[in-house]
Amino acid sequence: MTPGPGQQNGTGQPSGGEPLLSVRGLTIDLPGGAVQPGLVEDVTFDVHRGRAVALIGESGCGKSLTSMAILGLLPAAVRVVAGSVLFDGVDLLTCTRRQLRRVRGGPVGMVFQEPMSSLDPTMTVGDQIAEVRRLHLGERRSVALKRAGELLERVGIPKADKRLRSYPHEMSGGMQQRVMIAAAIACEPKLLIADEPTTALDVTIQAEILELLRDLRRDLDLAVVLVTHDLGVVADFCDDVVVMYAGHIAERTPVDGLFYEPKHPYSSALLSAVPQSGRARTNLTVIKGRVPSAGHFPAGCRFEPRCEHSVDSFCGRPQADTALSDDHRTRCGRVAGGELILKGAVRG
Amino acid sequence: MSPRMIIRRLGGSLLVLWLVSILTFLLVQLIPGDPAEVIAGENATVAEVARIRTELGLDKPVLEQYFNWFTGVLHGDLGHSLSTNRSVVSTIAEAAPATLVITTMALLVAVVIGVSAGVAAGLTQGSWVDRAVSTLATLGIAMPSFWLAMVLVSLFALTNPWLPATGYVDIREGFGVWLSHVVLPATALGLATAAELARHTRGCVADVLTRPYVRTARARGASGAWLVRKHILRNSAIPVVTVLGLQAGRLFGGVIVVEAVFGISGLGSLAINSVLQRNYPMIQGYVLLSAVIVVLINLIVDLAYGWINPKVRTA
Ligand SMILES: Nc1ncnc2c1ncn2[C@@H]1O[C@H](COP(=O)(O)OP(=O)(O)OP(=O)(O)O)[C@@H](O)[C@H]1O
Ligand SMILES: [Mg+2]
Repeated sequence: MTPGPGQQNGTGQPSGGEPLLSVRGLTIDLPGGAVQPGLVEDVTFDVHRGRAVALIGESGCGKSLTSMAILGLLPAAVRVVAGSVLFDGVDLLTCTRRQLRRVRGGPVGMVFQEPMSSLDPTMTVGDQIAEVRRLHLGERRSVALKRAGELLERVGIPKADKRLRSYPHEMSGGMQQRVMIAAAIACEPKLLIADEPTTALDVTIQAEILELLRDLRRDLDLAVVLVTHDLGVVADFCDDVVVMYAGHIAERTPVDGLFYEPKHPYSSALLSAVPQSGRARTNLTVIKGRVPSAGHFPAGCRFEPRCEHSVDSFCGRPQADTALSDDHRTRCGRVAGGELILKGAVRG
Repeated sequence: MSPRMIIRRLGGSLLVLWLVSILTFLLVQLIPGDPAEVIAGENATVAEVARIRTELGLDKPVLEQYFNWFTGVLHGDLGHSLSTNRSVVSTIAEAAPATLVITTMALLVAVVIGVSAGVAAGLTQGSWVDRAVSTLATLGIAMPSFWLAMVLVSLFALTNPWLPATGYVDIREGFGVWLSHVVLPATALGLATAAELARHTRGCVADVLTRPYVRTARARGASGAWLVRKHILRNSAIPVVTVLGLQAGRLFGGVIVVEAVFGISGLGSLAINSVLQRNYPMIQGYVLLSAVIVVLINLIVDLAYGWINPKVRTA
């Protein structure tokens, strides 16, 4: 690996001052009292201005639920039952609908995984981008469309004037995702939430989209919450990382910490699941066993059944989220107690 | 929709109409035995049978018969009614307005009530509005239109003499009179379709609400009326329009019963009498007109579909 992970991102200052986004004790559940609480349980993390935070973990760990809960966009079947989401000092979970509406698409933009299904098939892409400005700035359609053209150019779509009148199905996946991004940044947000923005795209397009996000981050001083499966992206793009497992945060750390000194057996398993040759960009699928589905979580540490280092008597009990240093936390009691020392993927 | 597509659709419609014309023509040819005798009935004299045979041209070769008949059709000549000897076209033209008006108004009733109830229910799933719409819709679908017609007549024409119980008057005799004659039959005919549409629309709206693009729109700050108008209605309309086309064809069939209850002499009674009297030229005329109307409705639905759904428009 070339420069150490996390260091070339530049924009990220070490945590300090008020965080832009502060998620506290977020707990998401199926209503009707599931036997066991927590599709997502007690999720806590901060995003500081200009910093990029990765949410990683295998499929079904609750990354999407967490990111959607920030803007109150959870599917109807699930509900936030505890916690708060402070954005710029306002709790988005308890504020008025009006306040929430102002935040959505305004200071917080969001990009989803499937650009095709996430764009309205009956509306031109120009109108979909213009929509944001009409809603937030009250611009007239013609004015907003003009601005939409500039935004399309900004996200790297040539002949923007012509493209404004295209419908989503007339564009490639990469183009569609650029449109999604253009709409997400139309009101110059402070925070961009991107839920696997490149997973549905070809590898070369993935790199282009990430490059675009990197540029935008630099130009707009954008903070980013990036949901991803890709540790390579985490290393290249992010400052902090939140490792989720089965609805819990397993470990939370600056990116360097994850690669040099992982403090949770799940993190270290993820690291060793990535082939070491070069800049590996592989999906995280190689840990034995599967993520337990909601309702079948173990009573103690949720990773215990798959953990190489588990000790029945100890790990069968619930584990507390423990601070190891200012910015490094783990949910593994054995690591926190100094009993277990894990190897990093990168020698420091 | 591109001009090329419109032309293609029009071509398709014409082809269908031509095929229908062949089938209509064969209607008479396929009568077992001597069509002239069958049409004339059991007690007909030899002279009558001969008259019918020449009247229908049944003594000529089939292809020539078809050619003559089809040329007539193209010139708006469908022959003469066997019972009144009046021209088929003018007999139909006399009966058609009442039927077409009632069917169209029924469609209007169905769309206005059905779509708005369906949208309201779909947007408020689980609420009392939703439950009320679902219950009423089930009721509306279960109730036969003749019974509904009788209930409406007894409520609004007999118990409370607000509206006329029977008959149809032309709009030229005054808009108010005309409307008062149309309201009850159109409602009786349209409510079942309204119920069907309400159920379907509710389902479509409920489905659209779960779509990722609606979540995206919310993530952009859209909500309330804006969200409904810009994203939900148009997307829900795509499947609803398809059902609407099917329902319109059904209405045109159902109008026969409603005409009977309201004593309106429209196409329905004409069709029934023609069948009872084996008045084949009249039956042919009715079938052709029905085909033209159904094809026309389908064409309109196709065009509307293309207008609503950009994927079709550019395909
Ligand atoms: N609408 C829903 N109703 C019920 N359960 C849900 C719903 N959406 C998600 N879940 C459950 O919540 C858990 C977390 O889902 P989530 O989509 O957040 O996972 P994820 O980490 O984003 O996974 P992926 O990487 O596959 O996107 C899963 O077990 C899933 O089954
Ligand atoms: Mg997800």
